[in-house]
Amino acid sequence: MNLPVIIKFVIDLLAVLLLALGIKGLSKVKSARDANRLAAFAMSLSVIGLLSYYLGTSGIVIQSWIWIIIGSIIGSLFGAILAKKVPMTSMPETVALFNGCGGMSSLLVALGVAIFPISGGQENFDFFKSLINEVSISVSIFVGAITFTGSIVAMAKLQGWLSTPGWTQSKVRHFVNIVFAVASLIAFFDLINGNSSSIWLLVIVSSLLGIGVTLPIGGADMPVVISLLNSYSGIAAAAAGFVVDSQLLIVAGAMVGAAGLILTQVMCKGMNRSLVSVLFGGSLSAQSTASPGSGEYTNITSCSVEECALTLEAANKVIIVPGYGLAVAQAQHTLREVTKKLEQNGIEVVYAIHPVAGRMPGHMNVLLAEADVPYEQLKEMDVVNPDFPATDVVLVLGANDVVNPQAKNDSSSPLYGMPVLDVQEARTVFVIKRGMSAGYSGIKNDLFDLPNTSMVFGDAKKVLNDLIGELKDLGVGEK
Amino acid sequence: MSFISLLWVLLLGSLLGLELIGKVPPTLHTPLMSGANAISGITMLAALTLIVKAEGNVPLLIIGSVSLGFALFNVVGGFFVTDRMLAMFSRKPSNKK
Repeated sequence: MNLPVIIKFVIDLLAVLLLALGIKGLSKVKSARDANRLAAFAMSLSVIGLLSYYLGTSGIVIQSWIWIIIGSIIGSLFGAILAKKVPMTSMPETVALFNGCGGMSSLLVALGVAIFPISGGQENFDFFKSLINEVSISVSIFVGAITFTGSIVAMAKLQGWLSTPGWTQSKVRHFVNIVFAVASLIAFFDLINGNSSSIWLLVIVSSLLGIGVTLPIGGADMPVVISLLNSYSGIAAAAAGFVVDSQLLIVAGAMVGAAGLILTQVMCKGMNRSLVSVLFGGSLSAQSTASPGSGEYTNITSCSVEECALTLEAANKVIIVPGYGLAVAQAQHTLREVTKKLEQNGIEVVYAIHPVAGRMPGHMNVLLAEADVPYEQLKEMDVVNPDFPATDVVLVLGANDVVNPQAKNDSSSPLYGMPVLDVQEARTVFVIKRGMSAGYSGIKNDLFDLPNTSMVFGDAKKVLNDLIGELKDLGVGEK
Repeated sequence: MSFISLLWVLLLGSLLGLELIGKVPPTLHTPLMSGANAISGITMLAALTLIVKAEGNVPLLIIGSVSLGFALFNVVGGFFVTDRMLAMFSRKPSNKK
């Protein structure tokens, strides 16, 4: 072993260790930020290791440097700009976009190697080796393409650019996807048989498969899909590692792939959905059409902002249940103003955070943190649920499915079994909502029909602004 | 590197990944996903290898460069956005007053 090989070996080992520590640290609140930086450092280290290895062995020609610099600058620049500019509310779709590009990168590497076999190590290119090469190229292309198109579809759906086409909710979609899958398999075997042009067929059908499997999935399940696609992009990276013979790529890809799978499982548990039903069940609302839980509302009480303010003023303990609607209305800052007033009046205010509040687990925490809500006031579901009977007022802002009592009471409901916040236990519940439309799952919310629930109709931000005005008139928080 | 030892690497890497995150508080799901996502951009190393070994083959250089761009978009964007999210958690209410 000569020096460059040893140096690269040491650097790779160090990078793997740091990446592992990074992922580990990211799963704890205290260490998360440092862990993220550690992982970023490990990634730069791995680049230095690779470049110095080539510099020390074969050398890197000027032409290669130019293309390296062009690619790096453009990619990094766009990535950095998007990361800085994107609003916190669009975090899920941003992660999806980044993820899709990672998959695209693996796809391109495999495609490049497939079309122009790279030199080195080809002198003893026996049948077994070329078979492995072709298999890893195929896997890299297959998974990379699914990751890319799937992520782009997920992003487009979250952004509202794409709706769920009707046919994707029927059984036809299974047939279509099976056709794509079989076609990928045919292309794969054709490729191994030496027909190199079938690589394009593989690219096309696996891309279509990515679209076909993501399109039918309803918005509420999207976070799970993004997490799963994230795991796929790790697998694609590992496959690319086999293509270019890099242990580091294989380890890192496998780690992300496995960790992503665990995370996906954790998320599914939080929403009480099985991965199988997320992937093949279609959207929740489609499953619920036959359920007796859906139907018309019979007992809606609506009330004015003024009444809401009066009730709040008289309360001792208030729990806020924020949902994605709050984030969409960009009302988290206004909400913070309201709660400040209440606190100044000696009213205890707590935020109840459902594990999947927002559009992704943890998304709501990020949004509220952005509005300077103290971390201590954010209570997780299991902690806050016993508090509801002793609570005077609950304010539900843009949340819907996570406060639906159907999940506890109605065994025929598709939501049944999902852990929910027991807001109906509180003395008074105010639901601030634009209209009577159903939540993300498309299911009727029994909470709205309860006698202790009052609806305050209007845009969350406007209602909260009015509420501040009313509270001011009442002299709340101005001692 | 023999194929068998690469398979070992794959197996051990997967096991490591399974072990690394056992219990994650829901608060961290989004940042963790986005951080892990940035790491999956490690394919930038494969793209770099492609460019270095292209030996003047321009189409291959272009494919490699585009691939590198996509990967770095993933890596740089992913880490920055994760940091942005995590920065909000670390802000302590005590020093806000």
